[in-house]
Amino acid sequence: MRINPRIINRLVRMGLNVQAFFTVGILIIIVAIIFFKGFPHMSFAFIFSFPEDMGREGGIFPSIVGTIQLALLSILFATPLGLGTAIFLTEYTRESLFTKLIRFGVESLAGIPSILYGLFGFIFFVIKLKMGWSLLAGVLTMTIMILPTIIRTSEEAIRAVPRQLRIVSYSLSASKWETIKKVVLPAAMPGILTGIMLSIGRAVGETAAIIFTMGSSLRLPLSVMESGRTMAVHFYILAREGISMEKAYGTAVVLVLSILLINILAYYIMNKAIARYS
Amino acid sequence: MDTKISTDRLKVFFGKAQVLKEITIAVHRNTITGFMGPSGSGKSTLISVINRMIDFENNVRIEGEAAIDGTSILDGSINPIELRRRVGTVFAVPIPLPRSIFENIAYGPKLKGTTDRTSLHHIVEDSLKKAFLWDEVKDRLSTSALKLSGGQQQRLCLARTLALKPEIILLDEPCSGLDPVSTAKIEDALSELKSEYTIILVSNNTKQIARISDFSAFFYLGELIEYNTTEKVFTTPTESKTEDYIQGKFG
Repeated sequence: MRINPRIINRLVRMGLNVQAFFTVGILIIIVAIIFFKGFPHMSFAFIFSFPEDMGREGGIFPSIVGTIQLALLSILFATPLGLGTAIFLTEYTRESLFTKLIRFGVESLAGIPSILYGLFGFIFFVIKLKMGWSLLAGVLTMTIMILPTIIRTSEEAIRAVPRQLRIVSYSLSASKWETIKKVVLPAAMPGILTGIMLSIGRAVGETAAIIFTMGSSLRLPLSVMESGRTMAVHFYILAREGISMEKAYGTAVVLVLSILLINILAYYIMNKAIARYS
Repeated sequence: MDTKISTDRLKVFFGKAQVLKEITIAVHRNTITGFMGPSGSGKSTLISVINRMIDFENNVRIEGEAAIDGTSILDGSINPIELRRRVGTVFAVPIPLPRSIFENIAYGPKLKGTTDRTSLHHIVEDSLKKAFLWDEVKDRLSTSALKLSGGQQQRLCLARTLALKPEIILLDEPCSGLDPVSTAKIEDALSELKSEYTIILVSNNTKQIARISDFSAFFYLGELIEYNTTEKVFTTPTESKTEDYIQGKFG
């Protein structure tokens, strides 16, 4: 017997609705729990004062600064490197064994668990290069970790720029580099920015790789050679070692809010970029 | 008649396929020359040799000679970027760059090193006027070029090419996607422009070639079948293939 397509249609639609609600629902529950537990401990002082007694008392100011330092510096290192690789792979090479090898390497790099990056960073940057537990070691490790994301998203964004736009640019007497700079990169900008945002999110949320390389000092890192602690690491240590669940959830609220803020900012920048070039 | 563009036994191969077979032609200065022929006849390939856009195709082999003002353009010492300033191109599908009308026109001049605002304004206005588009867009030069209609976009592309101050303009089926009114505007613009430029118009539309070109060339399967004044080609063609094509027996 043939089932009425309209009934199937309705069932599929219902099923998809349930799936969407389920996904959003989980997200809402997580955020709600964090806010419910953490919001009472949030205050101006919590954000702007230094932790006392291992974080049992006081605020989380150094870890907020540490998070910003780590994320910004990693992005500053990884973006030119990753974008350059993406431009090289898309514009300056033909598909060959060499590019396949690079791409395979990039993909493998993306699949490695972060704890292994942490161990590598510890052995190479902290011990071998004698950086010690420091912001610099953390940043370099994080840079390697987010490179694959930046390369992949930039490469896809650049590839998606229509060939005709390049042809038109060439026909108007532009060289290859002028075409890349003035036509391809602006058109690919929204996609490239998405990759950068994803990477910032990853740097902000990372713990394992950071503890091994940047350490977990509670002091405010004043140079790149000093150890420091990000909010995610602070949360992990407070919760893992049972120092203070209240402060841990307070930290989590700030963490979630800052990720939200970054996303809003990213959308704003992205819309501006799109508006400018369309 | 003064020759602007000439080819001598020009052959082009894409891989093993030969798409141009010993083309020898002399295009005259300050005229409109129509290239017609069914698709696959090689007329667009010939154009892409003249502006060296063929450089962006893979697996190409070129034999024979092509020259502008008697100087080879296939020579290794020729800078294709310089060449493309002398040979402007308008493509079949209008493709505005994703930026404002002004910035689209100023793209070429800026690459050439013109950064002075008043000179740029002058070039933009002049080019848009020549392309019969100025009156329609003069109040909104800073809006996106993507917001223009198809016909306006194609005239924008023509203006953008004119802004390079070229000697030659190649148009590859520029009206294939346009309505009759937009087509007429482009044709009017071209008829005005030929006093200053040498124009090659590639078209499948034999009526259009007959209307505005001074000379007509008929290509078929990579060969130049017939080339003469438009009047002769359309009234007393020497080859039966040409006659059949013009009468619409195949195409």
